[in-house]
Amino acid sequence: MGVRWLRRGGRAAAPYGLALAAVLVIPPLLVIIPGVAPGYVLYLVSLALIYAIVAIGLGILVGHTGQISLGHAGFFAIGAYTSALLTLRLGLPFVVALVVAASLSAAIGFLLGLPALRLSGPYLAVATLGFGLAIPQLVVWQGSWTGGSSGLHGLPPASLPLGALTIVFRTDQDYYYLAAAVLILLTIFARNVVTSHTGRAFVAIRDSEIAARAMGVDLVRYKTTAFALSALYAGIAGSLYAHVLHGISPEDFTVLLSVDFLTMVVLGGLGSVGGALSGALLLTFLQNALTRLPVVHDFKNLYIVVLGAILILTIAFLPHGLAGVVRSVRQRWAARVRAGAPRGDQIVELGEGSAVR
Amino acid sequence: MSGPLLEIKDLTISFGGLVAVDGVDLSVNRGEIVGLIGPNGAGKTTVFNCISRFYEPHHGTIRFKERDITRARSHQIIRFGIARTFQNVELCRSMTTLENLLVGQHVVVHGGVIRDGLRLRGAGADEARATMRADETIELLGLAGYRDRVVSALPFRIQKLVELGRALVSKPDLLLLDEPTAGADSRESQALADLIRRMRDRFDLSVLVVEHDMSFVMGLCDRLYVLDFGRRIAAGTPAQVRTDPVVIEAYLGEPEREVSDA
Repeated sequence: MGVRWLRRGGRAAAPYGLALAAVLVIPPLLVIIPGVAPGYVLYLVSLALIYAIVAIGLGILVGHTGQISLGHAGFFAIGAYTSALLTLRLGLPFVVALVVAASLSAAIGFLLGLPALRLSGPYLAVATLGFGLAIPQLVVWQGSWTGGSSGLHGLPPASLPLGALTIVFRTDQDYYYLAAAVLILLTIFARNVVTSHTGRAFVAIRDSEIAARAMGVDLVRYKTTAFALSALYAGIAGSLYAHVLHGISPEDFTVLLSVDFLTMVVLGGLGSVGGALSGALLLTFLQNALTRLPVVHDFKNLYIVVLGAILILTIAFLPHGLAGVVRSVRQRWAARVRAGAPRGDQIVELGEGSAVR
Repeated sequence: MSGPLLEIKDLTISFGGLVAVDGVDLSVNRGEIVGLIGPNGAGKTTVFNCISRFYEPHHGTIRFKERDITRARSHQIIRFGIARTFQNVELCRSMTTLENLLVGQHVVVHGGVIRDGLRLRGAGADEARATMRADETIELLGLAGYRDRVVSALPFRIQKLVELGRALVSKPDLLLLDEPTAGADSRESQALADLIRRMRDRFDLSVLVVEHDMSFVMGLCDRLYVLDFGRRIAAGTPAQVRTDPVVIEAYLGEPEREVSDA
C-alpha cells in the first residue's frame, strides 16, 4: 500500500457543520414518514454517530499525522469491553466506566504508537492489523469473564449524574441524544487540536519528518500522542456502542470494522475532521441500505465488495475525499462570483489546500 | 561568554568505508558569518548534519555556548538556539507560508494536546503572538504575497526564502544555511547576501553557510573554511583563502573531480 495518498490531506474548510446539521435535522423528519419505525432510524443514526467518533480520531492519526492504522476496531473493542465489564460485573456507574474505558484505550494506543516510531507505511499497516486481529481472539480466549464468543448482554442503562438530577438513558432517542452530544464535544476538541500547535506538529510529521525534527518536534512524543488520542476516541465510541446495543460480542469487532473505519476517513477526506464525520455517516447508512436490497438478499457480503470499490475509487478519483469535492465546488463558485479576479491564482489553489484547517 | 559560540573539534564520520568528514576543526564566534566551502562531495552538508544531529559522528565533539551537544537529540538542537535550512528544501509541503513559519516556532510556542483541544487559558493568545511574529518575518523577507499560498506550488527560489524565514522565526543564535543561493541569479544572490548581513546585525545572529557560489561567500563571509575529501585544507579570511595554492589546486587542479556527486 503506497503512502503517497496519505500525504495528500487537504484544506477542510469543512462540511462538518453541514453534516452535523443534517444529522440533527433528518432523524426528526424521518420519524414523521409513515411506515418507518422511528426507534430503528434513531438507533441507526446513533450507530453512525458513534462510528463518526472513531473516524474523527482515526482521521487525526491517518490524515493529519500520516500514520496508518488497520487495527482501530481493536481500540473500539477495548472501550466496549472495558465499559461493559465494569458496569455489568462490578456495577460501576456508566460515567466511571466510560472514563476508565477511554483511558485504558488511550494507554494502549500510546503503547502501539511506540513501534510506529520505527515502522512506516505498509509495515505499520501490518503491525496495527495484527493488533486488530488479536483483540477479539483475546476476548474469546478469556471467555470466563468476557463471555467468550457469545459476548456480554443485558447491560444496565447508562446514566448521567448532573448534580442532584440523574439522567437515565432508556430509549433509542435518549441514546441518540447522548451520542450526538459526545460527538459534538469531541468534534470541537478535534478541530481545536488540529488547528493548533499540536495539530501543526502532526502535519509537519506527515509532510517531512526531517523538517519536523529540525523544527524541534519530538517524534516520540507526537507520534505516540497521535496514537493515544485516536485510541481515546475509539475507546469512548466503544463504550457508547456497548450501551446503545445493551450488549456486545467479539463478532462486532472484526478486521472488517477496522477497514470500515479507514474507508470512512479516506472517503470523507484525509486531513479533514468534517470529512471523517460525513464519511462515517454515509458508510453506515450505505451498509444498512445494502443489506435491505431485496435483489441481493442472499449476497450477505455485498457490502464488503462495495466497500472495496469505494476505497479504490476514492483514492483514484477523489484523493481529497468528500471534503475535497466540497472545497473545489466552493472555490469554483467563489471564482465565478469574483469574475473580475485573475484566473491564474485560482488554478493554483484548486486541489491544493492547506492541511491545517 | 568568552569562548566561541560553536566549537567543533576533530569531527570524523564515515559511511561504509568512506570517510566523509575527517578530523575537522571549526569554530564560529558570536556575530560572525563563516563560510564552509569546497568541491562537490567534500563533506560540507555532512558537517551540517552532524551539528543538527541527523548523523552520529564517530569522533570529535561539538560544543555550542560551551555546552557539549555531541550526543543531544535532533529535535533538541533548535531549542539550544541552532536553526538550519536544507540544500534541497525541507518544507511542510501541504502547508502555507504562514503555517510553515508557525511550525518554525514550535519550540517557542507552548501547549500540549489537552490545552490545545480545550483551548485553555492562554492558548489563543499564544497563537495570536506566534502569528504576529510569523507576519513580521514574512514582511522582512518580502514574502507577503505568498503568505497564504501552499508552499509546494511556489517557485524553488521562494521556497528557499520561506525556509530561511522558518529558521529565523525561531529566534536562533546560530543559523546554518545550506546553499542559500540555489535557484537564485547573481543579482538575487547579491540581495540575499545583503539580507543575511542585515539579519545578522538586527537579530544578533551568527551564521555558518555552506555555499557553492564563490563570489557570494567571498563577499559575505568574515572567515572561510575549505573542505576537500572530508579534510580541512584551508581556513582564513576570504583574501587568504583566495590566494591559497592548496585551495586553487583543489578547485582547479583536477576538473574530473567535479563530476563526482555530493
